[in-house]
Amino acid sequence: MTELDFSVVFDRWGMVLNGMLLTIELTLVATACGFVVGTFCAIGKRGRTGWLRRLCGMYVEAIRNTPLLVQIFLVYFGLSNLGLSLSAITVSMTALTINVGAYSAEIMRAGFDSIEKGQLEAAETLGLTRRQVYWHVILKQALERVYPALTSQFVLLMLSSSICSQISAEELTAVANFIQSDTYRPFETYIVVGMLYVLLSFLLRIVFWILGLAIFRRRRNLQAFI
Amino acid sequence: MGQSFAVGYLLFLGKGALWTAGLSSIALLCGGILALVVALCRISPQKWVRLVMALYIQLIQGTPVLVLMFLMYFGLPSLGWSVSPLLAASVSLSLYVSAYLGESWRAAIQAVPRAQWEAAECLALSRTQRMTKVILPQAVRIATPPTVGFMVQIIKNTSLASVVGFIELVRAGQIVNNTIFQPFLIYLLIAMLYFSMCYPLSIFSRKLEAKAGEKSYA
Repeated sequence: MTELDFSVVFDRWGMVLNGMLLTIELTLVATACGFVVGTFCAIGKRGRTGWLRRLCGMYVEAIRNTPLLVQIFLVYFGLSNLGLSLSAITVSMTALTINVGAYSAEIMRAGFDSIEKGQLEAAETLGLTRRQVYWHVILKQALERVYPALTSQFVLLMLSSSICSQISAEELTAVANFIQSDTYRPFETYIVVGMLYVLLSFLLRIVFWILGLAIFRRRRNLQAFI
Repeated sequence: MGQSFAVGYLLFLGKGALWTAGLSSIALLCGGILALVVALCRISPQKWVRLVMALYIQLIQGTPVLVLMFLMYFGLPSLGWSVSPLLAASVSLSLYVSAYLGESWRAAIQAVPRAQWEAAECLALSRTQRMTKVILPQAVRIATPPTVGFMVQIIKNTSLASVVGFIELVRAGQIVNNTIFQPFLIYLLIAMLYFSMCYPLSIFSRKLEAKAGEKSYA
């Protein structure tokens, strides 16, 4: 057995940093887009239009019951079948958005359903349209209730973005694969990269926590008075 | 267009699907045993045991399964241990399952009403007796719906074993694709096969959850 030598990874810190940046970029883009997709999908699922409800339901079930790896391959080869040759990064972002959209839809739906009937009736009495009810009454309260579930889903998304290495998007795991084949030090490489993922998920959780404090400030202040 | 989709290819995919089911069962079984240990350690009276387990959970939950898989398959041989794809996949999936299921089971154990613990103590049962005769049987009921739901995650994550060359459903699809080259068709078929394995479990878990919800109100 050879001695462990972690310096081979740290010598290539520039590559590692680039990989981390791409992982963060993929996560942020997919989080933002996926959240919007999921929210609209949840609204569609609770709507009055039958076909839209079924469509949103099918989307959520199809995504939640198939592996991300297969979804990424399907987007990759599906788009190229349509004649579009997009970069691995664009394909990754699309696939991750589609994926996390379905999960956030389910979480947001649970949040929407948790709003008391009395509030909806009150809003209706005030003559608000359905859109106004969602925007002014439901959305923020629902978001606050499901915020912890939603953010852990986004952390899971960051971890599963590692799968994008399989279509050669040069994110952190792909960089690790390159370094280990370059240095023949797979154990050290994957240990370091694993720790970096732990660090990233920790940082992400802190960012979401601070963001939560900022977004839900008014309610927190109110609660202090009550 | 390449050759048509011959029966042989379908049989090969079917064999891959069986291995997906097999690997999922191994991960659930081995991971489940580890998860029980994790859950019990997390509620241990010893503070350092709880801390060590919390650290373990943070480490595993903070690392992608894919990286665990690579670490087992490429990392361990470089330390002088030879590891087969099946072993690497089983070990990394079991670790993954133990961390997530362990936390979920700990929550289930702690969800058993406080009065049950106190009553068991009043009957002068030892800690082991309290656990095995009073708390765990009730915790199993609470834990069943989320565990069935988590089985869907396990099945989906076995697809990652394809990257270390273990021939489960996705890897079988890649091999078939190398001969007939119709990737979209093949991955669509594979997605449908996964769906047919996962969807019944999702439905079952939702039914169990609804049933558990009814009971708690009754």
